[in-house]
Amino acid sequence: MKRTVPLIIAATTGFVLIVAYFIPYTETWGETAMAWFNIIAAVAFVLGGFNLMKNQLQKISDRRPGWGYAAVTLISFVITLFVGLAKVGVTPSETYPEYPWAGAYDQEGAAFWWVYEYLFLPLSATMFAMLAFYIASAAFRAFRAKNVEAVILLITAFIVLLGRTYAGVWLTSWVDPLAAQFESPFMSQLITGLRLDRLTGTIMNVFNLAGMRAITIGIALGVASTSLKVLLGVDRSYLGSGDD
Amino acid sequence: MTRPYSNPSYVRWLAVCCWLVLAVASPVRADDPPAAPGSVTAVDHPNDVGNAIDLTWEPSPDDRPDIKPPRVIQYEIRRQEVSGDGEWLPVGEQTYGTTTFSDKQVERGHEYLYQVVAVSPEGAVSEAAVTTEPATPTMQYFREDRAWFGLIVLFVCGAVVLFISLAKRGRRLYVRPIPGLEAVDEAVGRATEMGRECLFVPGIQDINDIQTVAGLTVLGRVATHIAEYDADLDVPTARSLVMTAARETVEASYLSAGRPDSFREDDIYYLTDEQFGYVAGVTGKMVRDKPAACFYMGAFYAESLLLAETGNAIGAIQVAGTAMPSQLPFFVAACDYTLIGEEFFAASAYLSGEPFQLGTLRGQDVGKLLGGALLLVGCTVLTIAVFQPEGAAASVADFIKNHILGGAGFLP
Repeated sequence: MKRTVPLIIAATTGFVLIVAYFIPYTETWGETAMAWFNIIAAVAFVLGGFNLMKNQLQKISDRRPGWGYAAVTLISFVITLFVGLAKVGVTPSETYPEYPWAGAYDQEGAAFWWVYEYLFLPLSATMFAMLAFYIASAAFRAFRAKNVEAVILLITAFIVLLGRTYAGVWLTSWVDPLAAQFESPFMSQLITGLRLDRLTGTIMNVFNLAGMRAITIGIALGVASTSLKVLLGVDRSYLGSGDD
Repeated sequence: MTRPYSNPSYVRWLAVCCWLVLAVASPVRADDPPAAPGSVTAVDHPNDVGNAIDLTWEPSPDDRPDIKPPRVIQYEIRRQEVSGDGEWLPVGEQTYGTTTFSDKQVERGHEYLYQVVAVSPEGAVSEAAVTTEPATPTMQYFREDRAWFGLIVLFVCGAVVLFISLAKRGRRLYVRPIPGLEAVDEAVGRATEMGRECLFVPGIQDINDIQTVAGLTVLGRVATHIAEYDADLDVPTARSLVMTAARETVEASYLSAGRPDSFREDDIYYLTDEQFGYVAGVTGKMVRDKPAACFYMGAFYAESLLLAETGNAIGAIQVAGTAMPSQLPFFVAACDYTLIGEEFFAASAYLSGEPFQLGTLRGQDVGKLLGGALLLVGCTVLTIAVFQPEGAAASVADFIKNHILGGAGFLP
């Protein structure tokens, strides 16, 4: 029962979404199914909040390594929740001035807006900015010329990186005058294509695109196959055990 | 003798006269209405439930980019129901230069007439261009533009179902070894030997994403190995629903491994829905706890490299699997093994070893065969079309490209 009911719900919803894609009359059914999912996800959000609090409190009470971070998380969570729910610093809306709570919780100048704008956004941006350093370290490792494949990768990466900057055009500016010296259109075209920006275009639009398309087709087939396994109940491992 | 144009009053009088003459003789006055738009056609919007009509009209001769300032600022669209009271109701506006409009406020089966007028910046309205024939919105029972896609899906799904049933009847199916999945055992074993935990990240999307579902099925298999080895598991999630589903999955795995008592619900926990907050939480834990094995299975975005590089820095053995093409290079660069696209979806069938699950992989192969055959035929006819641009090959290539493969076809 514990597995059968969720399986029926998943299969029904999945088939409704497939049918809705092909039959115009059922388009709204698909939208309704997605609305139900959003409602469930919103309810589950509360569950997640409680789980977060419970975990952090446990860490603090057990004095586990890094419990100080748990305290920071917990305090930030409670403060943000409070200023958002209590609408601290929110002025009444112009439409309903007689109701002090009618203003939007995230209106400019409110405490929640301040937390979002001056704490959350800079912290997110910091994390995102760290990506640049990680890309550099990953590229350093990936481009080490250990074997033939790595050398090819290194050369390709070098061409693409250089071809995307003006330096690439400038360094190979001699290509066009050289190509003009050849009477054969084939040779002329071949040499013209050696300018780094054009070579980059060829690598990206021919070799890279061909590989990406192969991967994309594989993914599409994998999605279809996995979806079918889920809908037909062939794979039920995501539903847990059948024991109540 | 005094010259008349040296007299200031004479010059002023001349200027006023010139201005008056120009103003009267000017071909366009500010309150002049622009020329009417050309013929208007209204047709039923295709592939819908009969709730829209598409309009097309020829632009007003005054709606040209070379006329400065513009004589037409917008078009106003009005509608009249044939069986109604004859009133023209405004239903929409389009800016200058636009000659199409879709009216989505119509009722199925009713007949409608339309008129389009051009409006000048001063608000002067042109004469109306009216449809000659009424348009009736009708419902289509099937999206014809998605017919080829449907056919291909039917073919692939049919092949999957066929091979599942063949596998159920006992037919043996060979599946090539996937190094990334072979490494799961090794990674869990290593973590057990080192006395450290295994970290499993099921992506940052919700349970309605098929990649998350695929990630959870892999988690089920990984958790079975972990339970057998009696290693520790750590599953931080970015969605509450994923946390709930992951708990059920892991519990079932521990049960099937005969170690239900080792299952700890708190090992699978929720962090935050926010992408970089989640990354901060997971990477922080990685640096503190130093897991020996890290698995990244699901849908990832920019956080992929942040997670994988941190895992690399702490010396963990890492296995990743995703169907996000843009994140694959990052995982390949930073992880020991990466399941690329379809390998990731094949993982659960591969790890389970169940014959009917392996049948789905063979069904996928049939789909690949179809895709490959179509590409081969397409490339051949396109090559022929280069030499014979007016021949039949060009139209066949066009049909494959626009109908079977692109748009409504293989890659919708």
